[in-house]
Amino acid sequence: MARGIKDKVAILGMGCAKFGERWDKDADQLMVEAYEEAIADAGIETSQIDAAWLGVAFDAVNIGPSGIPLATALRLKNIGVTKVENYCASGTESFRGAVYAVASGAADIALALGVEKLKDTGYGGLPVRTRGTMHDMTGITGSAPGNFAQLASAYRKTHGVSKEDLKRAIAHVSVKSHANGAKNPKAHLQKAVDMDTVLNAPMIAEPLGLFDCCGVSDGAACAIVTTPDIARALGKTDIVTIKALQIASSNGWELQHGGGWNGSYFHTTRIAAEKAYHEAGITNPREQISLTEVHDCFSITELVTMEDLYLSKEGEGWKDVLDGMFDADGKVPCQIDGGLKCFGHPIGASGLRMIYENYLQLLGRAGARQRQTPPSLALSHNLGGMPSQNVSAVAIVGLADA
Amino acid sequence: MTSETGILRFGAYIPRNRLQRSAIFAANGWFAGGLKGLAKGERAIANWDEDPITMAVEAARDAVPEDQRGAVGSVSLASTTLPFADRLNSGVVKEALTLNDATGAFDVTGGQRVATSVLIQALAAAKGGAEPHLALASEMRLSRPASESEMVQGDAAAALLIGQGDVVAKYLGSHSVTIDFVDHFRSSGQDFDYSWESRWIRDEGYSGMIGAALTDGFAALGVTAADIDRFIVPITARGVAEGLAKKAAIRAEAVADRLGDSVGDSGVAHPFLLLAAALETARAGEKIVLVAFGQGVDLLLFEATGSGASPARGVAGSLARGVKDGNYLRWLFHRGNLGLDRGMRAEADQKQPGTTLWRNRKAVLGLVGGRCAKTGVVQFPSSDISVNPNDHGFGTQEDYPLADRKARIVTYTADALTYSPAPPSYYGMIDFEGGGRMMAEFTDVEADDVEVGRDMSMMFRIKAIDEIRDFTKYFWKAVPAA
Repeated sequence: MARGIKDKVAILGMGCAKFGERWDKDADQLMVEAYEEAIADAGIETSQIDAAWLGVAFDAVNIGPSGIPLATALRLKNIGVTKVENYCASGTESFRGAVYAVASGAADIALALGVEKLKDTGYGGLPVRTRGTMHDMTGITGSAPGNFAQLASAYRKTHGVSKEDLKRAIAHVSVKSHANGAKNPKAHLQKAVDMDTVLNAPMIAEPLGLFDCCGVSDGAACAIVTTPDIARALGKTDIVTIKALQIASSNGWELQHGGGWNGSYFHTTRIAAEKAYHEAGITNPREQISLTEVHDCFSITELVTMEDLYLSKEGEGWKDVLDGMFDADGKVPCQIDGGLKCFGHPIGASGLRMIYENYLQLLGRAGARQRQTPPSLALSHNLGGMPSQNVSAVAIVGLADA
Repeated sequence: MTSETGILRFGAYIPRNRLQRSAIFAANGWFAGGLKGLAKGERAIANWDEDPITMAVEAARDAVPEDQRGAVGSVSLASTTLPFADRLNSGVVKEALTLNDATGAFDVTGGQRVATSVLIQALAAAKGGAEPHLALASEMRLSRPASESEMVQGDAAAALLIGQGDVVAKYLGSHSVTIDFVDHFRSSGQDFDYSWESRWIRDEGYSGMIGAALTDGFAALGVTAADIDRFIVPITARGVAEGLAKKAAIRAEAVADRLGDSVGDSGVAHPFLLLAAALETARAGEKIVLVAFGQGVDLLLFEATGSGASPARGVAGSLARGVKDGNYLRWLFHRGNLGLDRGMRAEADQKQPGTTLWRNRKAVLGLVGGRCAKTGVVQFPSSDISVNPNDHGFGTQEDYPLADRKARIVTYTADALTYSPAPPSYYGMIDFEGGGRMMAEFTDVEADDVEVGRDMSMMFRIKAIDEIRDFTKYFWKAVPAA
């Protein structure tokens, strides 16, 4: 395996716009909002940024093609700006570009920014988009919840879980994230809900009800990265470094190889997690990972992800969820900021928003939702596509000396 | 095995839903009280994702299994409701059936008896030694709400494979007359028929023209009315067939059921449908007269052999698959007769490039996947590099048809968010028996039909209609296995 990037890159500063229905802002204004916080946190000038990556997914309701909208909005100094798109993992993908640039020595300071302006579509949920002319002819025309809901039927069958037990477990996921989101002033949804509300909500895609689905929001998030040495030279004392950053993409096996995959988990997440743990030197994630932000686009996704990240044993994630293992006061909190579910899910921004929360928690800057036991290693999991064909990203960050 | 000229194979397809005529009348009776006399029984209605092409494909599959299709030399599709005015509709059927490219194909249209006219030509050609001809008839007529047509018509398709060999029915001859009798008409580009008075049609058309054709035809064919065991008159108006039989001195018990109460008048398809129904139960030696009416009369005479091939589903199987439907508004919406607010998600514009369709026609229209010649791993669609994780063979794929293979549900959902003309939209991952898998939309399905492990089979359906360019896109969907 490659030598990896552990501790080669530090986060110099981060920022995140308020997520939500930002009727008052365009995408470029959201980018500036996230950037203002990040550049102030980094304590540098725009002219010190050597390269930038922009993560954004939906052209039609956004800022159009290329990296130019980022360069223009931030008035970058004619540096290289690259737009990346990997479905809902676009945010982590932009982070990877910036981190790899610094790790390689090609850039001293690099910027990653993710943005999405979804509330200009005119309706709730994600816009319908083409997946290529061949896919449009043979693929299903399902919604995002419909694609992810299929995890539930396969999970039930694979692990012998009743419809009722699984529905209660995934409802617990949502109740927990709502409770967490209520403590986060930047979250889109800041209202707690009870089990009955979640269980009795209108059905979106069986078995996912309204509260099993994440918020669709406008938002942006930003990271400025450099080397630990440069960070110290710039006066930083608490240095958060990247311990691992891994991305795994489907190659068609799940969807095309009959009988090979049972539909109840994410093949790529397991691979990305294994590689990330190896890169970070983690041998027992259940004991060593102290905080997680995962891609809870739907409650069932979060549940199976706990198993795919080896935080729960296979087939037992639903019990751990009901036991409160991932609650804010549990052993390994998940979505302590509200997650996609309540912080919101502006596609291109989500991966960076997750790292932002982990970064704040590691530095003890998370306010009312700050984890009392200080986290040492925090994991973010960002997922693009759908269970049968996707890209999984795992980023682990921690204090430089951890 | 005998080697006769006649019908080698036959099949039928009747859509699953049966709209109750009482439901139609309940909605429209305030306006057209005179329809009360027709408000009995049910009519077959195509699902939103069916049309004459998809129904013809299913009838053809019923008649000719995949391993027998190599024998088909040509195919025709008869209908007055073909979806394309200028794109060979039978060409789409040919691709869906994965017939050899060296297959002749033609569309037949313009009147209610065109299917029997093609049948006569095909039988004549078969006598001369022509390769087997697959004659398809399929009809899905539009009718105005509160019209008589709405009450009496139905949607269906049927298929006959014509040639020499071990036939189900020997062809004994035919008789045709042509007279420009305009009982109803529909001009090019129009959706609805315009009809003349039913009493004139009955007296001068049915009784007069068919009556005369029976007399002349029997004389020409050297049979008498007493010889006829099955008398098929695809006219569902009450008493017409019985009246013709009586006048011609054909035995009353020979008069075939017109399926008027269970299917409705399926237009061009109806003569084939009723012939298929008769062949399902005909005993050796029975003489069958098939009549078709439309600007004249076709009359054909067959003799059942008691041997030959039986269809997979047939008319009886199609009737058994029927499900009662009392939702008149849904049917109006599906036929484009009611404009519901479909929401922004219905606005998605996915143009289908002709180039991509042509390149992938086997996969898209034929559901042909690939099988790795080295490892045997089956996949859909085929690709240059095999999906087998243990051996990504390069250039090892062979064509592997999947449409006729049973499948099993691996995952599923019922999606109420995505736009569907019939929400919720059911879909999921399915594994085929013998290998291969795909994410498939499910159709003709109820909540109780879906669970992981449940058996499904594939049907050729409309995938979507590109309303901007008025182009129908077809693909395969999974339905609960019979």
